[in-house]
Amino acid sequence: MPPLLEIKNLITVFDTTRGRIKAVDGVSLSVNTGETLGIVGESGCGKTMLALSIMGLIPQNGSIINGEITFLGNDLLKMSANEIRAKRGNEMAMIFQEPMTSLNPVFRVGEQIAEVIKLHQNLSAKDAFALSIKKLQEVGIPQPERRAQDYPHQLSGGMRQRVMIAMAMSCHPQLLLADEPTTALDVTIQAQILDLISMLKEKNNMAVILITHDLGIIAQAAEKVAVMYAGKIVESSNVEETFADPLHPYTRGLIDSLPVGCTGGNEDRDKYLKTIPGSVPSLYDLKPGCRFLERCPYADNKCAGREPILEEFGPGHWAACWNVRNIQKEKH
Amino acid sequence: MSALLVEIKKINKKYNLGSGILNSQKRIVHAVNNIDLQLYRGETLGLVGESGCGKSTLARLIIRLEKPSSGHIFFQGEDIFCYNKERLKTYRRNVQLIFQDPYSSLNPRKSAASIIKEPLIIHHIGKSNEREESVLELMAKVGLNKEQADRYPHEFSGGQRQRIGIARALILRPELIIADEPVSALDVSIQAQILNLLKDLKQDFGLTYLFISHDLNVIRHMSDRIAVMYLGKIVEMAANSDIYNRPLHPYTRMLLSALPSCDPKMKRRSMVIRGEAQMEEAIGCSFQSRCPYKSVICSDAEPLLKEIENNRFCACHFAGSI
Repeated sequence: MPPLLEIKNLITVFDTTRGRIKAVDGVSLSVNTGETLGIVGESGCGKTMLALSIMGLIPQNGSIINGEITFLGNDLLKMSANEIRAKRGNEMAMIFQEPMTSLNPVFRVGEQIAEVIKLHQNLSAKDAFALSIKKLQEVGIPQPERRAQDYPHQLSGGMRQRVMIAMAMSCHPQLLLADEPTTALDVTIQAQILDLISMLKEKNNMAVILITHDLGIIAQAAEKVAVMYAGKIVESSNVEETFADPLHPYTRGLIDSLPVGCTGGNEDRDKYLKTIPGSVPSLYDLKPGCRFLERCPYADNKCAGREPILEEFGPGHWAACWNVRNIQKEKH
Repeated sequence: MSALLVEIKKINKKYNLGSGILNSQKRIVHAVNNIDLQLYRGETLGLVGESGCGKSTLARLIIRLEKPSSGHIFFQGEDIFCYNKERLKTYRRNVQLIFQDPYSSLNPRKSAASIIKEPLIIHHIGKSNEREESVLELMAKVGLNKEQADRYPHEFSGGQRQRIGIARALILRPELIIADEPVSALDVSIQAQILNLLKDLKQDFGLTYLFISHDLNVIRHMSDRIAVMYLGKIVEMAANSDIYNRPLHPYTRMLLSALPSCDPKMKRRSMVIRGEAQMEEAIGCSFQSRCPYKSVICSDAEPLLKEIENNRFCACHFAGSI
């Protein structure tokens, strides 16, 4: 069976006053039905722009200059704006980090969900509103009839995110993109929202792309993971592989720099945290060679000369680094 | 145990939200509710809790940016709310704050060096060339180089800006640093750099930290003792390892259970997480609506913070038995 979504060599660029930058630079990935792909990376690595490229929602000054995005057998990049609009919110949907800014403050939340339903399904306003109450119930909002009459500001952050999810789920999408869905929420509410997303995924056999900077969320909620750095995927595999045996020095650095080791066991608090020196390079003046070069403890001449490409080191475990074999030897 | 530096006694802070044209009801938010807390010299006390639990209000009370509704805070034995202007100025030299957002907490029109130098000018410390010298010295200590002295905040990354904020807090050689979510705006790889720096500086300058965060992993790494806050109250307080290895309060357990583990093989949670924090004041325990161990007594009487074991405090009727 072909994957639900397949992206090949996607390049999304932005034209700014300081020149053109490649926010997404040659990304390829695939997601199967019923699977959660976690995309992890630090701010500015292009993970949000990747999601917006899939949704056909990139800002005005951006454009996709290369690649294919095949969803349910069709190349989204060859479609007209109207054809994409029919898919967006219907076959694929997205939820965002800050539900307060994604909801319209002057409409009741029930009406906002009904609007999506009316747009994609041939229902009367009354039926659509009734259905929106049912959707609110499905995402675990207590007293959905009453809450449907509320305005966004009357709801808590967690409830607003549930409304966003209800809206995204209103037309039974086959793909849900969740961009930092819990970053603005407290840790107990975060756990509830992640549980809700995985429950809905199981129930509807839906695929989820979960974008986050939090490795813990990836470990808990995703089956596959892609690590992004400066616009590129530097490592991808199933979650267990990446956490047990990270191949790329950046992935290793990220996991090692967590304040409590991945086991959560008796780590020594007096010890220094391992750090990744320096900071992410500016996309405006990228040097040739590997983008992680200046922060990498294993960098050598080859890394400065040529940019590494994704290579398969184990079954389904890909990494873009020239020195993976040397690093692995050193580790064992 | 070492000397007492700050003692907080029965401090309360209520905010009156008032009534507006659209909102006829008068609402009072009890942001800090009858808190007792001690800070000992040289320790790091971690204050953890979810948004709206009053941890930042408590910090603002300690630094005297807010006046309490009732209660006292003693610094080295003296009530800080009875200070005159002169004493207040020395107090502010001794207690400094590091802010969460390194973007909004630095003046965009001032260079890094002049931001760090400003406290010295305000407090009339040193001559001009001495000030320059100590600024450069401190910049080196926090990991900024000389060439960056004349740059402006927008030329720095988030992590470097936080270093400027830290240098500004340290230039007066304070005794107590209140760090309010100092790393939550930073990327993971930069967080580790700043946490290491804060640990080093504590050693070098002999500081005491009140470290506020919602991130239980960060709190665990940094703190000697930890206080857990829920809706304006401290519900549990104990040594670091006690909190994480054997939490007594159901809320602490819920927090720890909600924390996503970095081990993909450990996907099951030890506790069901339900409900949301309710701001409306209820009779009895403020956690009762979310608590799986709720019993009759919880809706009748408010549990007070009691010493359950040696240096272990918990505000739950069933502490120790659940």
